[in-house]
Amino acid sequence: MQVNEEKFEPTIVAFCCNWCSYAGADLSGTNRLQYPANVKIIRVPCSCRVNPMFILRAFQRGADGVILCGCHPGDCHYTTGNYFTRRRMTLLFSMLEFLGIEKERTRLEWVSAAEGAKFAATMNDFVATVTKLGKNRRLEDLRCKK
Amino acid sequence: MEQNNLKETLLRISGVNPRKCMKCGKCSGTCPSYDEMEYHPHEFVSMVENGETEKLMASPSLYRCLTCFACVERCPRGVQPAKLIEAVRLAVIRQQGMNHLKPDQLPDMLDEDMPQQALVSAMRKFAK
Amino acid sequence: MQRIGVFVCWCGSNIAATVDVKAVAEALGKEPGVVYFEDYQYMCSEEGQTKLQNAIRDYKLTGAVVCSCSPRMHEATFRKAAAKAGVNSFMVEIANIREQCSWIHKNKEEATEKAIILGRAAIAKVHLNAPLTAGESPVTKRALVIGGGIAGIQTALDIADAGFEVDIVEKKPTIGGKMSQIDKTFPTLDCAACILTPKMVEVAQNEKIRIFSYSEVDKVQGFVGNFSVSIRRKARFVDEVKCTGCGLCTEKCPQKKVPNEFNLGLDQRRAIYIPFAQAVPKVATIDPDYCTMLKTGKCGVCSKICTAGAIDYKQKDSFIEEKYGAIVVATGFNPIELNKYDEFAYSQSPDVITSLEFERITNAAGPTGGTLLRPSDGEHPKKIVFVQCVGSREDGSGCGKTYCSKICCMYTAKHAMLTREKYPDTEVYVFYIDVRTPGKSFDEFYRRAVEEYGVHYIKGMVGKVIPQGKKLMVRASDLIDRKQLLIDADLVVLAAAIEPDKSARPLATMLTASMDTNDFFTEAHPKLRPVESPTAGIFLSGCCQGPKDIPETVSQASACAAKVIGLLCRDKLTGNPCVAHSDELMCNGCSTCEKVCPYGAITYQDKEFRMPDRTMRTRRVASVNPAVCQGCGACTVACPSGAMDLHGFSNSQIMAEVDAICK
Repeated sequence: MQVNEEKFEPTIVAFCCNWCSYAGADLSGTNRLQYPANVKIIRVPCSCRVNPMFILRAFQRGADGVILCGCHPGDCHYTTGNYFTRRRMTLLFSMLEFLGIEKERTRLEWVSAAEGAKFAATMNDFVATVTKLGKNRRLEDLRCKK
Repeated sequence: MEQNNLKETLLRISGVNPRKCMKCGKCSGTCPSYDEMEYHPHEFVSMVENGETEKLMASPSLYRCLTCFACVERCPRGVQPAKLIEAVRLAVIRQQGMNHLKPDQLPDMLDEDMPQQALVSAMRKFAK
Repeated sequence: MQRIGVFVCWCGSNIAATVDVKAVAEALGKEPGVVYFEDYQYMCSEEGQTKLQNAIRDYKLTGAVVCSCSPRMHEATFRKAAAKAGVNSFMVEIANIREQCSWIHKNKEEATEKAIILGRAAIAKVHLNAPLTAGESPVTKRALVIGGGIAGIQTALDIADAGFEVDIVEKKPTIGGKMSQIDKTFPTLDCAACILTPKMVEVAQNEKIRIFSYSEVDKVQGFVGNFSVSIRRKARFVDEVKCTGCGLCTEKCPQKKVPNEFNLGLDQRRAIYIPFAQAVPKVATIDPDYCTMLKTGKCGVCSKICTAGAIDYKQKDSFIEEKYGAIVVATGFNPIELNKYDEFAYSQSPDVITSLEFERITNAAGPTGGTLLRPSDGEHPKKIVFVQCVGSREDGSGCGKTYCSKICCMYTAKHAMLTREKYPDTEVYVFYIDVRTPGKSFDEFYRRAVEEYGVHYIKGMVGKVIPQGKKLMVRASDLIDRKQLLIDADLVVLAAAIEPDKSARPLATMLTASMDTNDFFTEAHPKLRPVESPTAGIFLSGCCQGPKDIPETVSQASACAAKVIGLLCRDKLTGNPCVAHSDELMCNGCSTCEKVCPYGAITYQDKEFRMPDRTMRTRRVASVNPAVCQGCGACTVACPSGAMDLHGFSNSQIMAEVDAICK
């Protein structure tokens, strides 16, 4: 059991807004700050572009954790985008918990373009948390099963 | 530690956040009992914040406050110094222990000149 | 099916040291739709770009994936190279295998595996990419400046100097704004009128500038480069062209009891008036609230006396429709109402005045001819108390403002200094909370007031002002000397907080420009784009953006003009093609997207649709203006029917990336 847990490599999808968090991720790369390879980043123009559908889809396809990063409140490139994100994700994450997906598997984090260290630290922490939780139960679209 | 507890208690029962104070002194500028006081309204706020409550509790300034609320009304930052002073008074009373006025003591104290309200408020204040 | 080429960059050893680039290229080469793959040392070099272009031609590629550094670095490079080889630039995607892979991982196996997944995600996205072309829109080479104060004047002059036409809309009968009411300016103490009025004349004489005074913006439509604005010219009952500004009517009008707003009600004017001698345009205006002729139909003195025949009692509001490329907001500020500050007795005693009223009293063209006299009895005040921060820096629960009004410290020092200079027998007290004088020669100025002129600066706040006979008893605290003061003052001057003009809020709604909770316009970026509104084509000048003194206002006004000129110089605006678009067949016209759009890019149109039974039906559907949309995607998520999507980051594209990563 112990051995299995060590071997478990979670699949983690990170959505990063183009203006702050994606640049923050780039900065942590430029500074050579390590974080696990489990994290795969998808670039979106703004965190408010992330449709709850994308996160549901990730969990449907076997993601073990989804993290969403955006500009700090008040710093949104599009003025108000991250406020929408904050509201939407509060609702979505609580719904996911209702469906049986632990709330530690979802996270919303504000990372600015200058916070490369914060980005790496956040990812390290998130991967560790998700690894500890183990494999996620997969959401399945039963309609596809005929 | 105890000092901290006292401060917390004062802030809790008064509902005052002394950090909101910008030290403009409008409370002291408006206080009608200013000249009677050793510590003035704005000093109450900063001394509680700095944990110098003991000095305040020992000072007669406490009882010079008329609770007219002029300072509360005019404070531009909504600090409410009078409420803090009232809280310090209350802290003094609490330290005196369980010397509450009891209902069976009342008949002896009754006095034709004493207003009814004074008794009721004494009961209420001591029971806080 | 796309024909995709995959190009894996080594970035010298930056990528190649931790990622097995050959393995990545080969693995990605097996992906569906990939017809060509290659790895190269430096893809961004001239040689690398040529490789990309050659492959596009030789293998008839329709799309390309470059696995290299961050798209923030070289996306534009590769897109441009692809476009030169005949593939739409939006058919190129970057897989970031340097910043987000090779540089952060040490284990080569892990990093290679991750690079392959990132490449797959990019390939999955390219499969769903569609060529995008940026829309172009023309630019109307004319600017509108709303507000004719010093900010508006400076912006208009600078834009006109660059050769563009400018219209100024001013709601008062004359331009000049607050600066025209001010006596002297800190820290140099030169007279405001002496430096402002030449500028006003310059505006009037500039061929490129039109002044619409006594006018307001009524309606704004359109978008950056293409605004169409309707301007309401309020009826002033005087023909602007015929009126010579001789001022005869303003002397003969029998209605003498009209509070003079230019002097803040400290004296009276006639019902027909010219606000002040140097007004631009120098044209009389009839005040319909007081004019006997307009109210009762019996008078007509002004029309009889006017030799130019300019009086027209039947004049009505008229409207002007004009097109503009850029709009500058310069709506300025006002001191706040002080009636609620009863402790300062502002509404109880005429001798408690605001600082702006003090300016008028000391102004040579003011109600007292520049002699400092008490409004109540016209006597010289011997003891003056200045109170700072009245209504500024409050906690927001009362009637005051939470911000520092910025200019009060300096103008109070100026008032105190000038008073002591002209009337050395006057005692001057200034009650302050903090003295804030950042600025060139500002602190020196304040120190001069204290050291050379002997102004009493007292740290503490006035608690109450009690009118008592001819005196004003001022009760205040002196926090440093630990005492309460009671001063028998003759005059109390309140440094009232300043707030944005009341007209700003409805204007912001018209312009879809955002505002903060204090009704100041927000800038596109607080540090790097301070004179632009987040709404494209709207620019901010002066106090409408935040409290400012004159030098700051003028420099911001010129900065604003530079931005406007930069926009108007362009013949065409190229948009960002990654914008939202709505599927009209799916849209149910619910307005949700319109409400979340921070730019007002979404409007609704009634369109006819053919129904299955061959009848026609009109439905309300959303349409996105690509010139205004900035492509944030807020609407795409808000849309309940899924009709909204974003070019370049479509639902299906992001979903495909998710699938590729989670496979």
